[in-house]
Amino acid sequence: MKKEIYITDYNCITPLGLDVSSNWNNLVKGNSGVALHKVIENQEAFYASVIDTEKLDREFRNKFGNQDFTRLEKMFLLSLKPLVEKHPITEETAFILSTTKGNISLLKNQTGLPEGVYLSNLAQKIADYFGFKTKPIVVSNACVSGVMAIAVAKSMILSGKYKDAFVIAGDEVSEFVISGFNSFQAIGTGPCKPYDKNRNGINIGEAAAAMYITSGPCEERSDEAISKNENVKFKVLGDSAVNDANHISGPSRTGDGLFASIKSAMAEAHIIPEQIDFISAHGTATLYNDEMEAIAFNRMELQNAPLNSMKGYYGHCLGASGLLESIISMESARHEMLIPSKNFEEEGISQPLNIIKENQPAKIKYILKTASGFGGCNAAVVLEKC
Amino acid sequence: MRRLFWKNVKLKVMKKTDSCTIEHSKITVNDALIFDSQSETFHDFAKEAYKKLEISYPKFHKMDNLSKLAFLAAEMILKDEDHSRTAVVFANRSSSLDTDFKYQESINSQENYFPSPAVFVYTLPNICVGEISIKHKMQTENAFFVLDEFDENFLNDYAEQILLSGKAEKVLCGWTELYQDNYKAFVYLLTL
Amino acid sequence: MENLKTELKHKIIEVLNLEDVSVEEIKDTDPLFGGGLGLDSIDALELIVLLDKDYGIKLADPKKGKEIFQSIDTMAAFIEENRTK
Repeated sequence: MKKEIYITDYNCITPLGLDVSSNWNNLVKGNSGVALHKVIENQEAFYASVIDTEKLDREFRNKFGNQDFTRLEKMFLLSLKPLVEKHPITEETAFILSTTKGNISLLKNQTGLPEGVYLSNLAQKIADYFGFKTKPIVVSNACVSGVMAIAVAKSMILSGKYKDAFVIAGDEVSEFVISGFNSFQAIGTGPCKPYDKNRNGINIGEAAAAMYITSGPCEERSDEAISKNENVKFKVLGDSAVNDANHISGPSRTGDGLFASIKSAMAEAHIIPEQIDFISAHGTATLYNDEMEAIAFNRMELQNAPLNSMKGYYGHCLGASGLLESIISMESARHEMLIPSKNFEEEGISQPLNIIKENQPAKIKYILKTASGFGGCNAAVVLEKC
Repeated sequence: MRRLFWKNVKLKVMKKTDSCTIEHSKITVNDALIFDSQSETFHDFAKEAYKKLEISYPKFHKMDNLSKLAFLAAEMILKDEDHSRTAVVFANRSSSLDTDFKYQESINSQENYFPSPAVFVYTLPNICVGEISIKHKMQTENAFFVLDEFDENFLNDYAEQILLSGKAEKVLCGWTELYQDNYKAFVYLLTL
Repeated sequence: MENLKTELKHKIIEVLNLEDVSVEEIKDTDPLFGGGLGLDSIDALELIVLLDKDYGIKLADPKKGKEIFQSIDTMAAFIEENRTK
């Protein structure tokens, strides 16, 4: 009999808070982490979502003392700590890390490669700190990495090699990344406006997120915990990650890869479009991405499912985005509240979507989370609130 | 009551049908040497291999070295056959650091600050998988992992789940490691 | 102007990695995009960088690129008029 896979805990470190409840409280108020920041010396400021470094350092010192870790590593450690304290690590526990660029800022003005830029070294450093016994698995699949990491955890548990998994995801705002997206003319001139008629590009963001994934049966929940809605329990029903096979930076105009990913994930989940209560889409606010998503969702007859992009709150957190946005989706379900697609005013896509415009109470049982990225990759995962 | 514990018994039903190794300026397919070069740099080796193997795909020259390596190895196995149901699962140790380093050089100096989009797009390791998907029209499951060292068991376990779930009929697995002129590709096809 | 046009052809071949294309094959009036060179959106962005790096022209509106890069002729004319290097 096929094992069931559950997400039973999570945490996040973002500009909107250094834990999940601070994040949720800010989101419900409509607050955004996006602001003007001078990321590159001697250059214009960009709208980006950046964690307050002083606040981060202070929190890190409180929890970890004065240890030598990079800024991104501190984010990872802070996000994972509460989970590791609640769930024991065994020889059958997987450690999966999702990131696109890791400690890339270490490369500046170097003549060779510092050890810390190797993604496996980054992962091993975090794993060693908490005493993980298995070799870290790093998922580096552009902006779909975060969503894929959930799928990889599921896959590894189903293979029988692991009983549970800690998944962490993180990326930092860096000169490397901002200059690159700028060379692509992809950065917006103001706070990003996914799906909007006047959208003109992304805001880069940064975050770290952590998730605990396990196979059933789950830990018994106390009556008190259930009544306080403290416990997290979501089943990972289906997942898929299909390539467009079209172009390495531009998405398929017909949304082929995203359509196929959603179709496959929903088929595995045995869910039909009418059952999807909420879609957390990718919505980066570039002309092409958002248009492609509109086409793919319509092809799947999902144009009526309430949908948002969270990039207006968090910017595009690259390797962290898929995991962070999945967590917030689950928070939406737990609080029975849909939050709007921030900065959306007027539809600017050729096919309609049911874009959430204000906080609205809703019963959310089935969540579809999608992502797309450079390289023509796409990913979709279906979650069920238990 | 007797209990049979099946925990450690797993039916390994996958078959490795073809494999290609590229290293030290040599390309070997299914243990047969098919191309050998005196070139000392990867760039020259790749260019020579492209010409000698009569690959006609101008986009090849725009690829970064990691993508060229992955592309060449995949070409040897996929050829011109239909792989519309073949997933691609690759991994390496150095991610896209070879290109990352080059891109970083273009932004190190304020006076000579010209970030290149054509270089930047390759600062993600999964692009090499994207290039293969594009050439062979593979709208299929894709994944890229970064591991400390080549772990065939991990790739096979992951590939097996894709096959068992019916998401693909074959999986092209690969270790495509490259940093400057140190490179090794070992790519193989798995089926159930 | 002729020297500039030839220079542009060399640069385009080099910067856009058009290995199999020779300078003679690129005609002054041929469409650069949608023609036989197989240039794509990334190439268009690279040409914008080329204008800045080699000729000191910062394109205020990148969307103007479509007109400027129509052909070697239009590109050369634009550069002649706006170059600061």
